[in-house]
Amino acid sequence: MAALARLQTRLSGLREEYFRRKRSVFEIRKIEYKAAIKIQSWFRGCRVRAYLRYLNKRVIFIQKWWRGYQSRRYFRKMVETAYFIMKMNFYNEMAVRIQKRWRGYYVRKYIHNYYALKKYLEAISVNNEIVRNELQQYAEMKEKEEKRKDIEKKEKEKKHQARKMHYLLSTEKIAGIYNSPFRKSPDPMELLLRKSKPLSHRQQQMKSPFAYELYDWPTCKRPPTFSTAQPLPPIGRQKPQGPFRDTAEVLQQRYKPLEPTLRVAASINSPLEKAREEMKKEEWRNCIHDNEFLPFSSYHKNEKYDPSIHRSVKYGQETYGIKHFREVQPQKWVADKVSHCIF
Amino acid sequence: NSGVLSLLRPLLLDVVPTIQQTAALALGRLANYNDALAEAVVKGNILPHLVCSLSEQNRFYKKAAAFVLRAVGKHSPQLAQAIVQCGALEMLVICLEDFDPGVKEAASWALGYIARHNSELSQAVVDAGAVPLLVLCIQEPEIALKRIAASTLSDISKHSPELAQTVVDAGAIAHLAQMILNPDAKLKRQVLSALSQIAKHSVDLAELVVEAEIFPVVLTCLKDSDEYVKKNGATLIREIAKHTPELSQLIVNAGGVAAVIDCIGSCRGTVRLPGIMMLGYVAAHSENLSMAVIVSKGIPPLCACLIEEHEDHIKAAAAWALGQVGRHTPEHARAVAVANVLPTLLAMYMDTRSSEDLQMKATLKSILQKCTYLPALEPLLHDAPPNIMKHIVGQFSKVLPHDSKARRLFVTTGGLKKVQEIKAEPGSLLQEYINTINSCYPEEIVR
Repeated sequence: MAALARLQTRLSGLREEYFRRKRSVFEIRKIEYKAAIKIQSWFRGCRVRAYLRYLNKRVIFIQKWWRGYQSRRYFRKMVETAYFIMKMNFYNEMAVRIQKRWRGYYVRKYIHNYYALKKYLEAISVNNEIVRNELQQYAEMKEKEEKRKDIEKKEKEKKHQARKMHYLLSTEKIAGIYNSPFRKSPDPMELLLRKSKPLSHRQQQMKSPFAYELYDWPTCKRPPTFSTAQPLPPIGRQKPQGPFRDTAEVLQQRYKPLEPTLRVAASINSPLEKAREEMKKEEWRNCIHDNEFLPFSSYHKNEKYDPSIHRSVKYGQETYGIKHFREVQPQKWVADKVSHCIF
Repeated sequence: NSGVLSLLRPLLLDVVPTIQQTAALALGRLANYNDALAEAVVKGNILPHLVCSLSEQNRFYKKAAAFVLRAVGKHSPQLAQAIVQCGALEMLVICLEDFDPGVKEAASWALGYIARHNSELSQAVVDAGAVPLLVLCIQEPEIALKRIAASTLSDISKHSPELAQTVVDAGAIAHLAQMILNPDAKLKRQVLSALSQIAKHSVDLAELVVEAEIFPVVLTCLKDSDEYVKKNGATLIREIAKHTPELSQLIVNAGGVAAVIDCIGSCRGTVRLPGIMMLGYVAAHSENLSMAVIVSKGIPPLCACLIEEHEDHIKAAAAWALGQVGRHTPEHARAVAVANVLPTLLAMYMDTRSSEDLQMKATLKSILQKCTYLPALEPLLHDAPPNIMKHIVGQFSKVLPHDSKARRLFVTTGGLKKVQEIKAEPGSLLQEYINTINSCYPEEIVR
């Protein structure tokens, strides 16, 4: 019973305690629940972090390997290009050396060829000498010509004078001016006079009316002569007595120039004949055969056909496949008939 | 002007032919004398009368009428224009077709005087169809007619390339080239002048002239006794040489340079001028050609021209030619300097009276920039003005550092002393050159 009383005293408090305990459990449950959650979450976090770390490590491993691979590849490429560039530089250098030599040679030989230039200049000097000599000769020749013309003119003048003064020639009895008796030999003028024929009067008028230069004509130093072709008859001549015709007429008739007609002036082989000859020659040239052209086929009816060489000879084209080409006459063959030895 | 013209005018229409001819002759002589009278002839309306009945008249009338036209047309372009406007050109061309050589000569002379003034009148003459007839006239046997026809062709072709081309198209070049061999001096003058007027316009025309095989025949013209034949021959060669290096090369190969040099040496005065210019043109094209000029002994005559001649333009041309010869390489400059011509050039440059100093300056500069021949440069040090001094000192500064003998010579001849006396702004090119020279020598000499 005491226990019961005890229990009963505790009962009132029990309810509160029960309530309190249940309540506190309730609250503690929350707290514990939260705590458990915290612990679990932390643990989960740890696990996940560990996992991530693990993954990270693996990934880093892969990436490391991959990056190393890439860079080695890249490096290899770089080395290759560097090598290539080095080779190309080397080749360029060598090519430059060759080109340098070649260009120097080429320029010295063909473009600025010193020796060719020297030879050319020497050739020019030689040529110049030749040209100068020739020109000098030409100038001298012209001078000689001029001098000769001068001398000739003077000679002509002298001869003309001598002819005019022919009367000064010395005779047997009377010595002329140029043949003084005190001289040892006669003067050259005297010799000239002896040689020359006397000048006749008519020849003195023989100057041509058109001798003056044409371009002096308008600014005329001489009055213009619209001259006629005939010379005028001499003034003051006595008209010959008798029924003579006028001298001028007679002379005109006597010395009338020939005026042939066209027929006479043309040659005997006149152009018509010449053209005909030409045509005949051409025909003769172009003729290939002398056979007449017969127009209708009836003219050719009885003609025999002349075959060409190919058809008229028996050595024509053999049929295909023939293996021998020479004539054979088997009856003349002896070899198989000889059955015994001849010797 | 006492009413003579109005009296002569009715006489032109007289019945008697001799009176017509003499009246025309009188008019011609009046117009020939004075250009006022020629204007009066034009104003007096006489030209249409002359021209209208020309084709039926006889040859003396034609000659007289052509003489009148020539006399009027020669004074001025306006009078020539008046002649063209009254339709005289067709009449003159009809005269050119006449048989008588005197008529042809008078007609072509008149055409020549008309065409001489300017290119429009030349074009009018060409449009009237005169050129083929003139080419036919050239082939005639009379010398006077040939001369006048050649001179007319020369006057026509001198104005423009198209006119020259027209003359060439009529086949003139072949005939003109044949006539170079003719012994008559006046004919040669005109022919050479005609060819040079054709060749001067363009490369193609010059090549056409050269293809007519004038070389080496033209060189004999340079030895002719007549001065103007030499001058025109040299002009022709100059007009051909100035276009391209190939043409100059052709002339050099034919020995033309030697002939021209001899020609320069034998003449005096303006006759030399085309020859001098020809040498300048040839030397200007390339250094090989200029070396050819030097080798043909071209420099002494040019120096002689420079010294002897009195006219400014000939001296300027000679200086220009020397500049072209010497400007290519040090060899060329040396050849020019050895001929002792640099002091003369400098003296001419500094002479205040001469007006050609621009050319002299360019010449001097171009030669000095290549000249490494120090003995010739020394005398110039003493007299040169500052802008030339710059070049001289520059040349010294280029040569002296490398040549010890030259250095010794420079000191002994007093050149170093002179260089010290030159005052130059510090930092200028002249100062740099002076410093270079001074650095070649030890300090105690450069006091």
